[in-house]
Amino acid sequence: MEYEGKTWRFEANINTDLILPSRCYYLPPEEQINYIFSANRPGWVDEMSKGDIIVAEPNFGMGSSRPAARNLRLLGVACLVAESINGLFYRNCVNFGFPALECPGVTDAFTEGDVAAVSFEDFTVRNVTTGRKLEAKPLPDALLTILMAGGIYPLLEKEGLIAPTETG
Amino acid sequence: MGMTIIEKILARQSGQDRVRPGDLVTVNVDTVVMFDNNFMDSVWRAVLHVIDPDRVVVAFDHRAPAAHVASAAAHQTGRRFVEKFGIERFHDVGRRQGISHVLVADHAYAMPGTVLLCSDSHTCSAGAFNCVARGVGAPDIIYALTKGETWFRVGETVRYDLEGSFNPAVSMKDVFLHIAGTYGGHETMNVEFGGPAMPQLNMNARRTLTTMGAELSAEFATFEPDRILFDHIDAQNPGHPAYEAQYPDEDAAYADRRTIRLDEIEPLVALPDSVLDNSRPVGDLAGTAIDQAFIGSCANGTIDDLESAARVLAGRQVADSVRLIVTPGSQTIYRQAAKSGVLSTLVEAGAVVTNATCGACGGGHLGVLGAGETCITASTRNFKGRMGDPSAKIYMGSPATVAASAIKGTIADPSEFLGRED
Repeated sequence: MEYEGKTWRFEANINTDLILPSRCYYLPPEEQINYIFSANRPGWVDEMSKGDIIVAEPNFGMGSSRPAARNLRLLGVACLVAESINGLFYRNCVNFGFPALECPGVTDAFTEGDVAAVSFEDFTVRNVTTGRKLEAKPLPDALLTILMAGGIYPLLEKEGLIAPTETG
Repeated sequence: MGMTIIEKILARQSGQDRVRPGDLVTVNVDTVVMFDNNFMDSVWRAVLHVIDPDRVVVAFDHRAPAAHVASAAAHQTGRRFVEKFGIERFHDVGRRQGISHVLVADHAYAMPGTVLLCSDSHTCSAGAFNCVARGVGAPDIIYALTKGETWFRVGETVRYDLEGSFNPAVSMKDVFLHIAGTYGGHETMNVEFGGPAMPQLNMNARRTLTTMGAELSAEFATFEPDRILFDHIDAQNPGHPAYEAQYPDEDAAYADRRTIRLDEIEPLVALPDSVLDNSRPVGDLAGTAIDQAFIGSCANGTIDDLESAARVLAGRQVADSVRLIVTPGSQTIYRQAAKSGVLSTLVEAGAVVTNATCGACGGGHLGVLGAGETCITASTRNFKGRMGDPSAKIYMGSPATVAASAIKGTIADPSEFLGRED
């Protein structure tokens, strides 16, 4: 699994209310995604393209358990690379099948717009624009298995523990 | 080296002699708590098998009674789930209604040394019960319901020893604001509380602190067990299952060990948008005009919080320019406040007291902020847009500070209304 795409930079402690504001909580997910970063970066959802990559300062995803990671995936963000990822958000990344890595030094290595190549095989993050290469923290095998399966729901569907549906 | 409380519980629940920071563990889940948002169409997946319905608690809290058709539909789905699997610990709209974390505490559903999951970030609240309790995602809840287990990353632990006693106008919310303001985020780490002040700290005070562990971005927050905890469990849940409370080893390895002297804490207020590294003495902000004041949530909806507000408001009036909204944490607390007279004191002063629900804390209903408004809140979170329009400013303080501010119409020090010992 490797992703290559244009990067967008975000500051420290980006919280889940910014990704999934409560005022759109009851809309269907395909409408919720229009509100991503509407409070802190209005218009971003129209500027970004499918396959782009988020590069962030520490503690990305601070806050609530709402399915904010799923919504970034539904919007078409290829993956997240952050200095560190909030513990609850990290769970949701793995469990909703949204690829995410912690990579100390990543914010120094990228200027917004640089192209990143992120490998979930050798856990490296390469700045294609500058040639710089960084080591990310490896994802434990058990969590990589869940991520590769597309999250927990496809696994539980296969075991007949939940009913299949189309929603992520 | 020995283990911290969290490490001991994670070792025991994963069937290992010991765990270390950096480990990934799979643990048995003793209690799964579900709430109305779990049953929303946009996240719910029809569960075909529940491993043990007696491990499950269901409480409608985020929007109860239903705030709109979508939340009404979630309640309906939840009721069908409860009926289908025979869930007995069910808190529907009505007499047993309340915020899930408050109900877990007041009914002592959480046993010391066990693992409790809920897909609300403030689940760390139950850490006051010497539990591994964590807010997880909706998929984790369905996994635990159907498989009875979950995974955790083991992090390092910071130990806080609480000493001394509170000044009259100070409460545990100020202690939290002191910790968040002084030490900032605790991401990837656990926090463990104990120390000589514990005999003076009841379960409500402890729970305010563990609930706010989510705002420190901590993995887990927990308290040492003691007689106050054991007596609370015996009183609130007679016939509870046997448990093994977990104490830290004497030579437990902590990332840091910090002493908090309660006597030195003054009323504090967090500035808008984050509580991390963002606290100021209330005096620094005195005079800041407010439109709304809120007291409630899983962190500050206890009877002690309502009483604290009532002591400030007794015989006084909320300023004409301010809306003071008070939301008890459960209908049981609401009834307690009605019996004791606290409710009358609050409404005579001009507060609007709502039914027990998450309410204004999550910006879902019952006190949503409009564009450009300023609020001071005794609840869990002050993120931009959290309580309504993203241009609203949310300051955070204790229930006493919020009540004092409601009277003045501007952010105010509660010491003026509660006196000081010195």
